[in-house]
Amino acid sequence: MTAIMTILRREFSSYFASPVAYVFLVIFLIMQGLFTFYIGSFYQREQADLVSFFTYQPWLYLFLMPSIAMRLWAEERRAGTFELLLTLPLPTRAVVIGKYMAALAFAALALALTFPIWITVNWLGSPDNGVIITGYVGSFLMAGAYLAIGAAMSSVTKNQVVAFILAVTVCFLFLVSGLPMVLDTVGAWAPDAVVLAVANLSFLTHFDALQKGVVTLSDVVYFVAVIVFWLWVNRIVIESKREAG
Amino acid sequence: MADVLLEARDLNKHFGNLKAVDGISLEVAKGEVLGFLGPNGAGKTTTMKMLTGFLAPTSGSAYICGELVTSENEAARQRIGYLPEGAPLYGEMSPASFLKFIAATHGITGREADDVVASSASAVNLEKVMGQRIETLSKGFKRRVGLAAAILHAPDVLILDEPTDGLDPNQKHEVRRLIEAMSVDRSIIISTHILEEVDALCHRAVIINKGRIVADGTPSQLKAKSKYRNAVTMLLPEDRAELAASALKSLKQIAGVEAAREGNQMRLTVLARGGGEIADTIGDIAAVSNWQVSQFTVDSGRLDDVFRQLTEGEDQ
Repeated sequence: MTAIMTILRREFSSYFASPVAYVFLVIFLIMQGLFTFYIGSFYQREQADLVSFFTYQPWLYLFLMPSIAMRLWAEERRAGTFELLLTLPLPTRAVVIGKYMAALAFAALALALTFPIWITVNWLGSPDNGVIITGYVGSFLMAGAYLAIGAAMSSVTKNQVVAFILAVTVCFLFLVSGLPMVLDTVGAWAPDAVVLAVANLSFLTHFDALQKGVVTLSDVVYFVAVIVFWLWVNRIVIESKREAG
Repeated sequence: MADVLLEARDLNKHFGNLKAVDGISLEVAKGEVLGFLGPNGAGKTTTMKMLTGFLAPTSGSAYICGELVTSENEAARQRIGYLPEGAPLYGEMSPASFLKFIAATHGITGREADDVVASSASAVNLEKVMGQRIETLSKGFKRRVGLAAAILHAPDVLILDEPTDGLDPNQKHEVRRLIEAMSVDRSIIISTHILEEVDALCHRAVIINKGRIVADGTPSQLKAKSKYRNAVTMLLPEDRAELAASALKSLKQIAGVEAAREGNQMRLTVLARGGGEIADTIGDIAAVSNWQVSQFTVDSGRLDDVFRQLTEGEDQ
């Protein structure tokens, strides 16, 4: 646990070592605002909820989460500190988790900074804050899943840009597998069980219920399972890259 | 040997068909500085990576203070101070925060961490730059940060991969002085392809080539294998040189004479047959025949010559 915290602290503070972190936060908040107010028509809907805020988050995260995660391992391998890090007396597992949690903490910070929208909606009307909280929890879990994929992809390459592209690609597959368009195509030839399986792989399917305020165990388990799986992949890739020298 | 802190038993590492390391066994005792020599690509770095647990050996094993080194065994890694090749560091951190991070990874926190950071920083003269970003530091300072990180937890074994590579002569001297000071109750292993380093620093040297140990001994033992062992080098006027050379070649103890022009003088290097002592004999002849010798030195053997002899041989 102390090992995880040591890594987490170093990694988290390194986000703020350059202005990039601040630029990222500003872009995130602006994009989030654009999606909520323009595309999501927050005012025109005249409803005291954050549906328009959460609806587009899976798409926003598709690009923003991989950009948080891309440097985690790629930079480490490019700079050669990979070797330094893995010869420190820390379990590899703790390093993988610590790094991931630093990215997650950064995403949580970005998400927390969207609080003005929550104040706004409470000022304009009287929303069901329970639904909003589940929405935030769902959003956080989904961010966690994106970041776990991003972290694993970051360990595949020394190049952050390549890591970013790989992560966006994998995340995209996890996203579109829930779209009606994709499901209809699959449904045209595959049995219903397969369609269901594909739909269930998607972030959209599981995030949808959470953002509407419905917490089901299966959705939470889904996101946790996705996170655990990709961190496991991350660990495997790290071990194999270590062997490759 | 008493107090062996680092031991490698028949280490092998294969990358596909390539045998990067092919059966290396060695022991380093407490207080000993071992020079690990070899041409680029001989397997030095790979061996060191196995000694630190970064790479798993294909077969064989390494022990640090009796602990088996693996990527899982943190107890063994706790006792190693490692400076990887090129001394990679987190450029965006300051030496102070970087060293604190390293201390924390060794479980040293709070007041104690401040103490060890301060003492390791002063050991390598880092105090002036502690607050600067590492990426803005000169190469010499960066290397010192890496060294400070390696010694901070007072490890029993120091593994330094080319610690002076890329430094200027003053910085090299500085780093060597540091290593010397640290060697008192530790085992230190240094990889290098700079041969002067071995003379200046190492108690023992191991030469490897193509993943195998080809020589192991003190620097003087290794030098004794050189054809320049007890060779005499002298500087004399050009007109005398030819005469002297032909006179010397006729002597039985002398294996050969190498000549090189230096201005209007000649530098003759007289090789002793079988490394026997020829200085007295040549001195006597020189005096009697009035060769007007202006410089006269006796070689103790040349490491670079031995190094070439041992590592080039197989290629040709």
